[in-house]
Amino acid sequence: MDDLLREFLVESAEHLDTVDAELVRFEQDPNNQQILRNIFRLVHTIKGTCGFLGLPRLEALAHAAETLMGRFRDGYPVSGASVTLILATLDRLKAILADLEASGSEPTGTDEDLIGALELMSSDESAVAAPAPAPAAIVLPPPVERELKPGEVSLEDLERAFMEAPGPEEFAPAAPVAPPAPALPEPVAEAEEALEPAAAPEPRAAAGPSEGGEGAIAKVQTIRVNVDTIEHLMTMVSELVLTRNQLLEIARRHEDSSYKVPLQRLSHVTAELQEGVMKTRMQPIGNAWQKLPRVVRDLSAELGKGIDLVMAGAETELDRQVLDVIKDPLTHMVRNSADHGIEATNERLKSGKPARGTIRLSAYHEGGTITIEIADDGKGLDLAAIRRKAIERSFAPAAEIERMTDAQVAKFIFHAGFSTAKAITSVSGRGVGMDVVKTNIETIGGVVDIATELGKGTTFTIKIPLTLAIVSALIVKAGAQRYAVPQIAVLELVRVDARGAKEGANAIERIHGAPVLRLRERLLPIVTLDGLMRGQATVNEGEIVESGFVVVAQVGRQRFGVLVDEVFHTEEIVVKPMSSKLRHIPLFAGNTILGDGAVVLIVDPNGVAKLVGQSAQSGAAAEAEAEEIEAGDAKSTLLVFKGGAGGFKAVPLSLVTRLEEIDASKIEHLGGRPLIQYRGRLMPLVPADPSVALRTEGTQALVVFSDGDRAMGLVVDEIVDIVEERLDIEISADRSDLIGSAVLRGRATDIINIAHFLPLAYDDWARGPRKAAVKAPSLLLVDDSAFFRDMLTPVLKAAGYGVTVASSADEAIAILLNNAGIDLVVSDLDMPGRSGFDLVGAMRKAGGRLAEMPVVALTGTVGPEAIEQARKLAINDLVAKFDRSGLLAALTEIGEPGLARAA
Amino acid sequence: MQAANANTAPTDTTDYVTVFVGETMFGLTIDRVHDVFVPAGITPVPLAPKEIVGLLNLRGRVVTALCLRRRLSLANREAGAAQMAIGLEQAGETFALIVDGVGEVLKLGAETHEPVPINLDARWRDLSLGVHRLDGRLLVILDVDALLAFGDAGRDAKVA
Repeated sequence: MDDLLREFLVESAEHLDTVDAELVRFEQDPNNQQILRNIFRLVHTIKGTCGFLGLPRLEALAHAAETLMGRFRDGYPVSGASVTLILATLDRLKAILADLEASGSEPTGTDEDLIGALELMSSDESAVAAPAPAPAAIVLPPPVERELKPGEVSLEDLERAFMEAPGPEEFAPAAPVAPPAPALPEPVAEAEEALEPAAAPEPRAAAGPSEGGEGAIAKVQTIRVNVDTIEHLMTMVSELVLTRNQLLEIARRHEDSSYKVPLQRLSHVTAELQEGVMKTRMQPIGNAWQKLPRVVRDLSAELGKGIDLVMAGAETELDRQVLDVIKDPLTHMVRNSADHGIEATNERLKSGKPARGTIRLSAYHEGGTITIEIADDGKGLDLAAIRRKAIERSFAPAAEIERMTDAQVAKFIFHAGFSTAKAITSVSGRGVGMDVVKTNIETIGGVVDIATELGKGTTFTIKIPLTLAIVSALIVKAGAQRYAVPQIAVLELVRVDARGAKEGANAIERIHGAPVLRLRERLLPIVTLDGLMRGQATVNEGEIVESGFVVVAQVGRQRFGVLVDEVFHTEEIVVKPMSSKLRHIPLFAGNTILGDGAVVLIVDPNGVAKLVGQSAQSGAAAEAEAEEIEAGDAKSTLLVFKGGAGGFKAVPLSLVTRLEEIDASKIEHLGGRPLIQYRGRLMPLVPADPSVALRTEGTQALVVFSDGDRAMGLVVDEIVDIVEERLDIEISADRSDLIGSAVLRGRATDIINIAHFLPLAYDDWARGPRKAAVKAPSLLLVDDSAFFRDMLTPVLKAAGYGVTVASSADEAIAILLNNAGIDLVVSDLDMPGRSGFDLVGAMRKAGGRLAEMPVVALTGTVGPEAIEQARKLAINDLVAKFDRSGLLAALTEIGEPGLARAA
Repeated sequence: MQAANANTAPTDTTDYVTVFVGETMFGLTIDRVHDVFVPAGITPVPLAPKEIVGLLNLRGRVVTALCLRRRLSLANREAGAAQMAIGLEQAGETFALIVDGVGEVLKLGAETHEPVPINLDARWRDLSLGVHRLDGRLLVILDVDALLAFGDAGRDAKVA
């Protein structure tokens, strides 16, 4: 593609966007000749260039559109239909341009349909002259009226210049143009008269490409520069800044003052250069808004609502990188306001509002950030409905939602999978989008707030940083390394000193190993930066923090402290992206070069917040291995219930078959044991705790567990909640009915051991325990039943093993061959297909590591045959399936070298 | 990167920058080598893949340094031992390959080229394009793209 064509493409795309926006304006203000002239000029330019470049299809289309617009200029009334037609033509033009860009040549095809329609409309004489300019036009106030500044030319002078200048031939038949409305304080009425189609036939250049009402005044000299060139300049300037800093550093150490003056000048020039280059990256936010008037117009037509879009502060500048990121979110939010915010016209009238709704978009600078507001005067958010929906979809525990403030509730609309629209329209309401909007804005360090009033409207306020390229960062030291922490996330710095605790200084305290800081009567969870960098989210018990600084950070609603060793200073840093090989590490947002030339990593507060969120629940969890961090998203969903002495208990939801509320009178007793008829069978009931009494009246809550055709009902006092959290079991309880306890949603909760309850329901679910073999870090659990895998995994994890699971012998073999980290195998013997014995046989045959690998077999029945075969295969131990302590004992024994023996 | 083809004209030569790791001499096609420099001030990156030594500042650009020794699963070099870096570029990103030393540039033709011996360690086999027989020693030609295809980028980057 030659340069000329490329230039044309870029220019035309811009022109068409402008025409889009202008046309919508023109439709509302059909007598504003200036807008029309502007549109006419742009389309004419496109047409002319197409002819020059030999693009017949584009030329024909542009010509047809121009002809119709020429008719408008002649006073042909502007109707919605005609504007729609022109807009459709513009869309076609854009499509052809896109093809042109992709393939380098004009696509084949015909535009007869559009051209025909355009011609038909422009030749439609009948409607022309009579209804002339809409009477509303007379009421039109002059938009701008102000004293001329020195050097400015009044519009009258300009008009005169036009009249006197010979227009291009094409414009010869062109219209009687009234002096444009703006800045024309005098006789508006006269001007309107001049609009009569018959009047003033003298030729006049409505708008030559180089002239034109606005154009001539506001003509700014610009050149097009490739983005890469600017990026490169930016890099070079950053480097210059670094070199200057180094020089300054050297100069400080030398007494020789002859450097000082030129150095100071260099410093000055560099700073100015940096500022200048930064400016080249800035673009008015209006560029991101350009498409919106068209979007709103189309929407209002589609939805049958009258909507006005008012935009203010379009000239507010921000970094083009930021602009790119917010473009789509903004469009989406405006669509959303139009679809959900603004009511249907009759509804508006009923509630005493003007028939047309208004969406107000404004942007302004505020400190180092830019604030964008999207306000509509629609119906506002129905917070009650949102609350209901949030509870229904369990975005948070019901009780918590009840307590939330309105602002917090409103934010649920940013939750993935949320949509309160009663009907799904093509515009929005699919429940995707708002969460994406929020994510996009947050990735660039922005925040969104919602203010809403039922019946009055909703205002979204977005605050985003001006630029991403340079951020203010706090340089800190942790361990032997320095890091940069973006200031936007930092709330304050707190000095902590363990020894000063008694004198009232801040000191880090521990709750069961978890470091916390008392900060103005609130507890702040603490992570150490050094620990994070070593892959541990929490501090080891041994590493008692003596002193340092806590960087108090806030991400979203989450507040936490990051403990660092030293804080140096703040610095404006140039953010450089992470290498593609390192981008997967969530802790870093990028890297930068400091004044002394050293590369430092920029800590990503969002990434840290995520890690804190995962581990803040766990008290100790000091043994969080690197592998576990990698699989850190392995959250468990737990059912929390009350059972016994008001304490909270939980069980992995994957084990639970159903939750039931049964009529207490249906409970029967057989042989002294409670049962109910459940789905045509008898199901034994087992209390979750000895203190849980079966109700005799009312309803009784049950948690039903089943495996195969057996089911058991666990009797609980009350089902509280379902939570999704990383399951970090803290202490292995001594009681066999509990696996241990964990902190769920900030409450200490016992995790129950289902293995304890199943034998209580069915005697034959368990067999006598059997002691045998100790501790190994990594274990492969093979069982075909997901139920057992889910049941045993937390037990084994709590006992300190890393657990990998396999659902079949084949899968297990594959894992063993590929994963050298597995130390022992726990396998069920009875599995469909290849049995546990087959698996062990295959392992022994495979030789090497696998031949020696300790195996503990789980079996439902321990018969002499099985024992014999186990001995042959050198299986270390056979353990009954529900014998948790037996299994753990067997594993413990294996861990002691030399003691491994067959059962 | 010519295949071992006996019919190739002898005039068809390629320039290789030679580098050393331990006793072995490796060759990198010269058109992939942008820089040769002494690495200094490497910032380690916590939680990074083991091949990555860290980041360094190469004339204002942040460059990811990877260690050829670690990439080839060799023992780390002794602390304080000399090291050199080769600047490589891939998909607009610059990498620094840390080696023990850099030798001269050799112009080699296809006649000394041999395919990779099949008994070579698989990890090495994946990274080399062939071997050149030189007087008294062998030169293993490294596949730059394969060398840089590690971590999450997957190994499918270059199969040939």
